[in-house]
Amino acid sequence: MQLIPCPWCGPREEVEFHYGGQAHVSYPADPAALSDEEWARFVFFRDNPRGPFAERWSHTAGCRRWFNAVRDTRSYELHAVYRLDEERPVTT
Amino acid sequence: MTADIRTRRSPLDGWAERLAELAPAVEVAERPFRTHVTLRLRDAGRAAAVSAVLGVELPRTPCTFTRGDGPHGPVEVAWLGPDEYLVLAEPGLQRTLESALRQAIGDASGAVIDVSAQRTTLTLSGPKARDLLAHGCAIDLHPSVSPSGTCVQALLAQSGIVLLVRDADAGEFTVLVRASFAIYLATWLLDAGVEYREYREVPV
Ligand SMILES: [Zn+2]
Repeated sequence: MQLIPCPWCGPREEVEFHYGGQAHVSYPADPAALSDEEWARFVFFRDNPRGPFAERWSHTAGCRRWFNAVRDTRSYELHAVYRLDEERPVTT
Repeated sequence: MTADIRTRRSPLDGWAERLAELAPAVEVAERPFRTHVTLRLRDAGRAAAVSAVLGVELPRTPCTFTRGDGPHGPVEVAWLGPDEYLVLAEPGLQRTLESALRQAIGDASGAVIDVSAQRTTLTLSGPKARDLLAHGCAIDLHPSVSPSGTCVQALLAQSGIVLLVRDADAGEFTVLVRASFAIYLATWLLDAGVEYREYREVPV
């Protein structure tokens, strides 16, 4: 089973985690000004890259904290995990 | 007519005899009705005041717990998250601890919640306790990896638990399990421990 390194608890089995989709999708600064199309884009549209992807994960069966991870969608390799208050680290 | 007096029953009430079948390889016992209080505290400046109330330092390292004797008797404080702790104490101290902790936090950002009814406490010890847990828990419980004072939230036989390593070398553990999962987990322990029922200490 793949191990995912929780920033708090260290490497744990992936069944302890829950996937949370793309990271760094920020809430619109002025929601009332958005058109329906722009709302739809914010709510439903996500990147789907082939390669490194910044994602949100939650350690649901452990410390129950959300964190971010850069995962390669081709190999499932995790390049980095980082806390929500940290910048996305530079990965190769 | 006499009133029907209902007594409080713990989640594993009546299971002591069955769990004793695992001895001497594994000594399993429920310690019912212990005081469990969740403490949320973001302001590290109040940690000292909280420690004074409990007589125990708050654990600073993730996945550890601290223990000591304080004004409220023996207390353990488990790290559950970067701003979340679980205070474990003798039964019946819920209201005392709640108000003492609230006072210690004062107007700082935090919360104190009595969660005693959420989980029950199981103690496991004996020469095969570690092996028994390993049947259903992916956490490496070897003393070199999980020394005394380790506290992990993990899965044991698919059931969420809080596991405290009380004495790594002697193999003494505490398992906190949700009340509704307690009978399932007790049944699982009995089944996973079948191979240890014939176990006898070999005289050296
Ligand atoms: Zn974690």
